[in-house]
Amino acid sequence: MAVTSQTQPQTFSLPALVERVTSNYLLRRLVKALFTIWVVTTITFFVIRAMPGNAIDIMIQDLTLAGVSPDDARNQAAALMNINLNEPAYMQYLDYLGNIARGDFGNSYKSRGLKVADIIAQILPWTVFSVGLSLMITFTLGILLGAIMAYMHDTWIDHLLSNVAATLDAVSPALIGLLAILFFGVLWKIVPIPEMRGAMSPGIQPEFSLEFFADIFNHVKVLLLVYVLSSIGSWMLLMKSSTISTLGEDYVTVARARGLSDVRILTAYVGRNATLPLFTRLAIVIGLTMGGSVLLETLFTYRGIGYQLARAISERDYPIMQGIIIVITAAVVFANLIADLLYGWLDPRIRIQGGGN
Amino acid sequence: MTQLLDSFIRGWRETVKTFKLLSRNKMGMFGFLMTVTIVFLAVFGPMIWPPEPSANVQDINAGISEKHWLGADFSGQDNLRKVINGGKDMVTVAFLTGLLATLFGVVIGSFSAFAGGSVDSVLMELVNIWLTIPKLPLLIVLATVIKLGDPVTFSLLMAFLDWPSLSRQVRSQVLSLKKRDFIEAATMLDLGTRNIIFDELLPNMMSFVVISMIGTMTFAIYQQVSLVFLGIVPYSGSNWGVMITAAMNRGVLYNPQAMWSILAPMGAIVLFQLALVSFARSLDEVFNPRLRTTV
Repeated sequence: MAVTSQTQPQTFSLPALVERVTSNYLLRRLVKALFTIWVVTTITFFVIRAMPGNAIDIMIQDLTLAGVSPDDARNQAAALMNINLNEPAYMQYLDYLGNIARGDFGNSYKSRGLKVADIIAQILPWTVFSVGLSLMITFTLGILLGAIMAYMHDTWIDHLLSNVAATLDAVSPALIGLLAILFFGVLWKIVPIPEMRGAMSPGIQPEFSLEFFADIFNHVKVLLLVYVLSSIGSWMLLMKSSTISTLGEDYVTVARARGLSDVRILTAYVGRNATLPLFTRLAIVIGLTMGGSVLLETLFTYRGIGYQLARAISERDYPIMQGIIIVITAAVVFANLIADLLYGWLDPRIRIQGGGN
Repeated sequence: MTQLLDSFIRGWRETVKTFKLLSRNKMGMFGFLMTVTIVFLAVFGPMIWPPEPSANVQDINAGISEKHWLGADFSGQDNLRKVINGGKDMVTVAFLTGLLATLFGVVIGSFSAFAGGSVDSVLMELVNIWLTIPKLPLLIVLATVIKLGDPVTFSLLMAFLDWPSLSRQVRSQVLSLKKRDFIEAATMLDLGTRNIIFDELLPNMMSFVVISMIGTMTFAIYQQVSLVFLGIVPYSGSNWGVMITAAMNRGVLYNPQAMWSILAPMGAIVLFQLALVSFARSLDEVFNPRLRTTV
């Protein structure tokens, strides 16, 4: 150790820094994550501020129509978005980046006096809870069913499950949600959909008690079912083909020839290697599920971040829209970062070669 | 120009061969015929069954009958006729988005593969980043500011968001094709890059490109339904998304009697998506013989 530090003295020149960042797996992922968030914040800035017909112009127009004098309208809009309209565009952009880095997203346009950051902080846990739980259930269940399909290949179970998976994979989440309401709520009357609005019943206090957990689960269960149904199909099909190709690998044949038990082969040889390719897909699925939450939370009136975004859109509440987009992106990017690191931990080849592709 | 034509003729021959293989696959044939039927009905249906001009009070929320095969909606208009008239927007936008996204994906993907080196790694890193960004929320916010009045702008915006996954696949496809013997032979004979792309690469990638295009189309339908559903693209007239939203606003969800006015457009969308996906899946099986035996 001491020898290496002597032969390579620590210098802080820029190329050396770049070299260290690109050679370190964790750092490289982190930089990429931050860069992704920056891309989205920049796009949002252009939409809100710089494009013709941008959000601030629309807000000023709205306020003027509501009887506010043009100058006042301009000041109000600028104050809400935390932007100084008299500065040159690049200064506005830098201010905007600075504000967001500090977690300041301005004030709500429609709910006066409320900070966007506070609104988001209040509702974000519900979405993280429901989306996170559904992802875990879907991933586990999808892997199990996919492996069963591969082991039972070409039996009726495989054919049935494959067709169900392909159908579920094809149909849009919003339609599955609508069908769930139609059948469970209206036709069969199994679940009282209207009583399930919100993330918990009025009068229930968030606390560490059985009553509280039972209540939030009661409110989330149909939404959870729809999330699971709408994304499990692709996991099942992927796991099936991945398992089948792993079963054909030489090392599995060798393991069989060595007389290892089926359970040992399944867990240590097939299962672990077959799941690996699925992690790369996790990135896309997390984004899709978060995006789908906008529709599904609105459909079930589950007060999470997606519901709030849909409401902000119908009210043209641009500060909230801007805040939620950035927060959703950040959530997806960090979920991906975790998935990436998990992948690197499961498959050491990725860490060493450095190629995710 | 002749080169392009030649490449198309080759592609056409491939297509004919594909159909011979496809006719053996039941799911694929169903998907293909269903897609053709839906597109045909959406484009030519309105000429045969034009939209009803006025409401029919006596038929409000009527159930299935000989007169109304799929019931009637809240204004007494026939659901089936509305479904036929509401397909054009959906189908047009889906096809246009698929086409444009495929074009972007193929151009950028093959450029990246041919450029190689640092251009390639920078482009692919950007594509990876673009893939992580949740598209639907971004599309929603963009759609509130950009006026999405006509199908072309709408498709362009969606294609702009959807091309990256395709470009990554095209790139790896080109990279693997480049190493095949016939391409190496063409390179050694110095047939020119353009020749190689149009004569050798494109016909061999056709199947794969078509499958990806169908995938993009199903995703475009999903996005489109979502935007109409949230009330962001107020399409004039009736399309399937507007029909669902209108039915929901009329409280159909809690009125089992009027169920058909929401089930009809939903059925149309589900059928279209299923048809596209089963078509694509069987194409996959036709083109990858390994799948046929192992999966």
